[in-house]
Amino acid sequence: MTKKELMRAYYLLRLARSFETRVAEQYAKGRIGGFCHLYSGEEAVALGALWHLREEDYVIGSYRDHAYYLLRGGDPGRAMAELFGHSDGCCKGKGGSMHLFDRQINFLGGYAIVAGMCPIATGLGLAIKKKREKRVVLCFFGDGATNQGVYHEALNMASLYNVPVVWVCENNQYAIGTSVSRSSAVTSLAKKARAYGMPTYKADGMDFFKMQSVAERAIADARAGKGPSFIEAKCYRYRGHSMSDPATYRPPEEVALWKKRDPIPRLKAIIQRDFDVPDAEFEEIDSRVRKVLDEAVAFAEAGQELPPERLYEDLYVESIPRG
Amino acid sequence: MARLSYRDALNQALREEMQRDESVIVFGEDVALYEGSFKVTRGLLKEFGEERIFDTPISEAGLVGAAIGLALGGMRPVLELMTVNFALVAMDQIVNHLSLMRYMFGGQFTLPVTIRMPGGGGHQLGAQHSHSLEAFFARVPGLIVVYPGWPADAKALLKAAIREDNPVIFLEHEGLYNYEEDAPDEIEPGHLGEARVIRKGTDVTIVSYGGMIHVASQAAEMLAADGVSAEVVDLRTLRPWDKQCVASSVAKTHRAVVVEEGPPVCGIAAEVAASLCELVFDELDAPIERVTGADVPMPYAKNLEQACIPHAPDVVRAARKALAR
Repeated sequence: MTKKELMRAYYLLRLARSFETRVAEQYAKGRIGGFCHLYSGEEAVALGALWHLREEDYVIGSYRDHAYYLLRGGDPGRAMAELFGHSDGCCKGKGGSMHLFDRQINFLGGYAIVAGMCPIATGLGLAIKKKREKRVVLCFFGDGATNQGVYHEALNMASLYNVPVVWVCENNQYAIGTSVSRSSAVTSLAKKARAYGMPTYKADGMDFFKMQSVAERAIADARAGKGPSFIEAKCYRYRGHSMSDPATYRPPEEVALWKKRDPIPRLKAIIQRDFDVPDAEFEEIDSRVRKVLDEAVAFAEAGQELPPERLYEDLYVESIPRG
Repeated sequence: MARLSYRDALNQALREEMQRDESVIVFGEDVALYEGSFKVTRGLLKEFGEERIFDTPISEAGLVGAAIGLALGGMRPVLELMTVNFALVAMDQIVNHLSLMRYMFGGQFTLPVTIRMPGGGGHQLGAQHSHSLEAFFARVPGLIVVYPGWPADAKALLKAAIREDNPVIFLEHEGLYNYEEDAPDEIEPGHLGEARVIRKGTDVTIVSYGGMIHVASQAAEMLAADGVSAEVVDLRTLRPWDKQCVASSVAKTHRAVVVEEGPPVCGIAAEVAASLCELVFDELDAPIERVTGADVPMPYAKNLEQACIPHAPDVVRAARKALAR
């Protein structure tokens, strides 16, 4: 990778991390309601997986979706406004934190029923095949999803119909508070997926380079018509499951251990090793991120909720007679 | 004009829409090679090939999710769930995904999905295969729910459902597939959301739909033989349902009987009765009568099963009660 590409990766990791810090601040101020799940710690998974995608490819994922949206190229202001419940949010304030969506960037949503979007990903893959397109679908979900029935239906059909879907399992090791070993009879989630006859990969989800290199291969295979593959990205969320979870079920030493493997300083160290970049250049990026997020918060603060008389909008589309 | 069966009507609708629009694809359990459990998809594999109609694993929830993805990806999927009973396995995908996604994501796309589901009781299939679930679906904002009772309507409404840009639950009664009527050779897409007065009358309005519309018609015949003039309204679409049509009829007859195959609590008949009270309370000369299925799981034994399902004499009795004669 070139220095420019690496500096861009650094910027995006910082953006995704700092966005969550700002969200936590705004949540504490009572400006964001409901359930709110932060991606802090897992950024390298999404960035690496998305790195080799093209504009026309589809991305779909779970409710821990702020980073998918931002790293896919979504506007931080429209994301923050959505969390505020404002009309200039990416879903007009009707979705909220768990349900970001932006057709313009082919980010097809965050879904809050565990594994619920997996068969939708398979369906997108089928549509791509039927239309003889060259697109790929990237579907993000957590370790908990691998215990849902519909997940298995989706993987089975994806393989059966040989559709271009890359399954990215963020194994952050806890389904809310229940660890993988306490919830899955087979603790290797890659092994579990292998039953469906697709290539499976294990990647260090705390390492941007490892993630992007595994994803590159899976995406290329999907695009070449070789069907689905599965990536198990072992990672860690630094915070609780959601803003209301103090995460008392994890020993502090465990959290500290994983924080030592944080993807951001790791990337910075590699860039400095290979390109001799002074600290000042990273600080410049940090301040650019600060500015972008200041603007995002200001944009959200300036907006307002949809008026109640627009409550019924968007439920049904006025059907155009297709004569 | 020619004789047209309910089964052939649905088959023709599928064929004509597949011919007309390449984005229409049909899929489901045993719909292609086996030609459908009720043979509604007969001949379609031969005519259109596996690109356009394909068999699936037994994965109802996954299939509804796949239909959503197909629609998001630019196709116009028509999914057959082998029977409505299996839709219960897929309720999360139907209610918590399909119905609400457009709204939840701020209207950024349409989901032109049609899900066909044969259902209803009367064939000694036991409790798990005899459900009438239309009231479940009709409660859900974001869905359109259609339940035709006649072959020509079945064809017109299925064509409309497939062309519709909102998700449509399309219910078919298993007892009607062999039912025939005279129908025009060419049938255009119908209008979703419109009821139809299938028999004019002056003394009492009988409201029903789907399989029970035939019971309502028989009851009207029996009443006529006895000098009572019953008007029969076929709802055809249960969400959004045609309140105007039903209310106008009741404003004329001043009495209403609503007939439904499913159980009574929070049902379609309850909804119709409540709405009539809101809309035309002053026009009513008697309490609205409900004739519904019994409030138990469907038993297997023939006599018990028949005791669960409304029959024409039950409707006649209810009409007489409303008329106090």
